[in-house]
Amino acid sequence: MNPTPTIHPLWLRTTHWLNVIAVFVMVTSGWRVYNASPLFNFRFPDGITLGGWLGGALLWHFAAMWLLVANGVIYLLFNVGTRRLFTKFFPLSPRTVLADTLAALKGRLSHDDPRHYNSVQRAAYLFVMLDIVVLVLSGLAIWKSVQFPLLREMMGGYELARHVHFVAMALLVAFVAVHLLMVTLVPRTLLAMLRGR
Amino acid sequence: MFKCQPVNADADAIVKAALKQMHEPLRRRFLRGGLNTLTLGGVAMLGGCSLVDDASVDKALMRISRLNDDVQLWLFDAGRLAPTYAQSQITRPFPFNAYYTEDKVKVVDGDSFRLEVGGLVADKRRWTLPELNTLPQAEQITRHICVEGWSAIGRWGGVPFADFLRRVGADTTAKYVGFQCADDYFTSIDMASALHPQTQLTLRYDGQTLPPKYGFPMKLRVPTKLGYKNPKHIQAIFVTNTFPGGYWENQGYNWFGGS
Repeated sequence: MNPTPTIHPLWLRTTHWLNVIAVFVMVTSGWRVYNASPLFNFRFPDGITLGGWLGGALLWHFAAMWLLVANGVIYLLFNVGTRRLFTKFFPLSPRTVLADTLAALKGRLSHDDPRHYNSVQRAAYLFVMLDIVVLVLSGLAIWKSVQFPLLREMMGGYELARHVHFVAMALLVAFVAVHLLMVTLVPRTLLAMLRGR
Repeated sequence: MFKCQPVNADADAIVKAALKQMHEPLRRRFLRGGLNTLTLGGVAMLGGCSLVDDASVDKALMRISRLNDDVQLWLFDAGRLAPTYAQSQITRPFPFNAYYTEDKVKVVDGDSFRLEVGGLVADKRRWTLPELNTLPQAEQITRHICVEGWSAIGRWGGVPFADFLRRVGADTTAKYVGFQCADDYFTSIDMASALHPQTQLTLRYDGQTLPPKYGFPMKLRVPTKLGYKNPKHIQAIFVTNTFPGGYWENQGYNWFGGS
């Protein structure tokens, strides 16, 4: 048996970091696009946006979307093909998520075995997969509202699709914030995602 | 900077002039220090030295944007119609939007106006407004979607553009239809979108003669494309196989710009 077993296989680490790049570009350029016609009574500070102006932000957004989608599809294919999706993220129940959340808040959640995801992690990672799918579909409904009528109607029309896209972005950013906080609390998870063990 | 040709200029000369200036604004932006697409606070500039050559990033992004044009043309289905709406859903007042402010709106003299038609068309004669108004007309209540994200529903009336193109004997196997406007705006669209059943040479807004702020004497209404692909104050229309670009497109907006 391997004395230092791999926690994260190479394909997972590769798609994870490519996704980091894609999400970073999509979110920061998306904020600039949002600023051109804000849905709500606020704007993102230009200094934390990408693209310099609306046209530049759109160039980034519609370039990085290919990376986000292609990388996401490859990730999901590997995840299903290796059965990692089923073995790492399930079983999962609201009761165990609640129990693990309470344990985490009390500082009593164990991280002894980094190969094992606790229920909060399982729920969070499944959520972010789903959230990115919603982001892509709502984005497609905004970009191609005529070519994808079913998608457009699923989103409740063009204007609502913009809101869905925004909310999904906000939830993704919230996930990233919690994710980064947890990494600073348990730094060896960062090492595992870099070198695999 | 691009200058619109006088109304009486030869249509072919207009085409040539349009093609000659097509990449001018883009080049100028490069000279000014690129499209500034790399701006992310100070992230791209560490310690005052640029990590990546701005112009090469701009070029790569523009190349991907042109690939996205191809993908969109491939995706485009002429049978898919933009949603239409009831009169009660019309956005009032319908917003004014242009690359200039509303007080700078061009007022074209309708009596002396002649629409130029050039490039790959059989019949290059000029059209007066009364002549265009006698052609079979159509109406639509559709959503205008701006590249900025906002949208507004308006009621448009005019000549189905496919009818007009066939009437002037346009080569409908050509790739592009270009537009030159009295407000110095210019743009171009793909032939498939030009022939889409909802694409309209618009002469009326909400049952009235198109007011100057919406593009008198005529605009192109393309409900399958973003606002910047809906030129106002059209003076000349030309059919060509040479990529004509556009005012905003040359600065970085995606050329196909379709929904």
